[in-house]
Amino acid sequence: MNAVPFWIEAAVSVLLVASGLFVVISAVGFVGFRDFFLRMHPPAIAYTLGIWTVAGAGVLYFSAIEGRLVLHPWLIVIMLSMTVPVTTLLLARVALFRRRAAGEADTPPPLSPLVPPAGEPHRPAKDGAP
Amino acid sequence: MTSLLAVAIGFALGCYAIASVIVLVRLIRGPRAQDRVFALDLLYLHALLVMLVLGIQHRSDVYFEAALLIALFSFVSSSAMAKFILRGEVIE
Repeated sequence: MNAVPFWIEAAVSVLLVASGLFVVISAVGFVGFRDFFLRMHPPAIAYTLGIWTVAGAGVLYFSAIEGRLVLHPWLIVIMLSMTVPVTTLLLARVALFRRRAAGEADTPPPLSPLVPPAGEPHRPAKDGAP
Repeated sequence: MTSLLAVAIGFALGCYAIASVIVLVRLIRGPRAQDRVFALDLLYLHALLVMLVLGIQHRSDVYFEAALLIALFSFVSSSAMAKFILRGEVIE
């Protein structure tokens, strides 16, 4: 247990404040946008910048306490950077397929009109879309 | 711990609380199921951040392991719910 120098505490404080602001900004964006595909973008701020700043603060602070390089908070960053794209992509596919099944107007058409995507019945395009 | 770090920790925790309340609006109001699943995933992230900041506050490593477990459960539960509302079953 070493005494933590003041400049490290100041840097940790700046990182924590920045993380709180990033998370609030992403939450406001998540609630504010009107469409699901728009709404998927603001949480990326929290998933990248919010967690990177907190993990950086943890690395700085625990390294200063123990007097050696402590890198284990990065493990959470590594794990989130592996798992978050998977869930985001799955939810995007969910939104796309459910919209197509509900027949909403502004849904992107399938890439190939002849082969229906798995999990939905084939439905011909209505307004002459390719 | 100086008062500067204590104030910064309090500010960060307050920001996470406010952000969780804002996301809760989308969780309750969200028009479709995928909005609610995404909001739940964000709430998991906020809990993880709270755990990391508490670890800094109490100078303890135990919170880090809790945060790692929350990250794992967030991935498992979100992907399971996404598979469920996509296909109607989790494991085919």
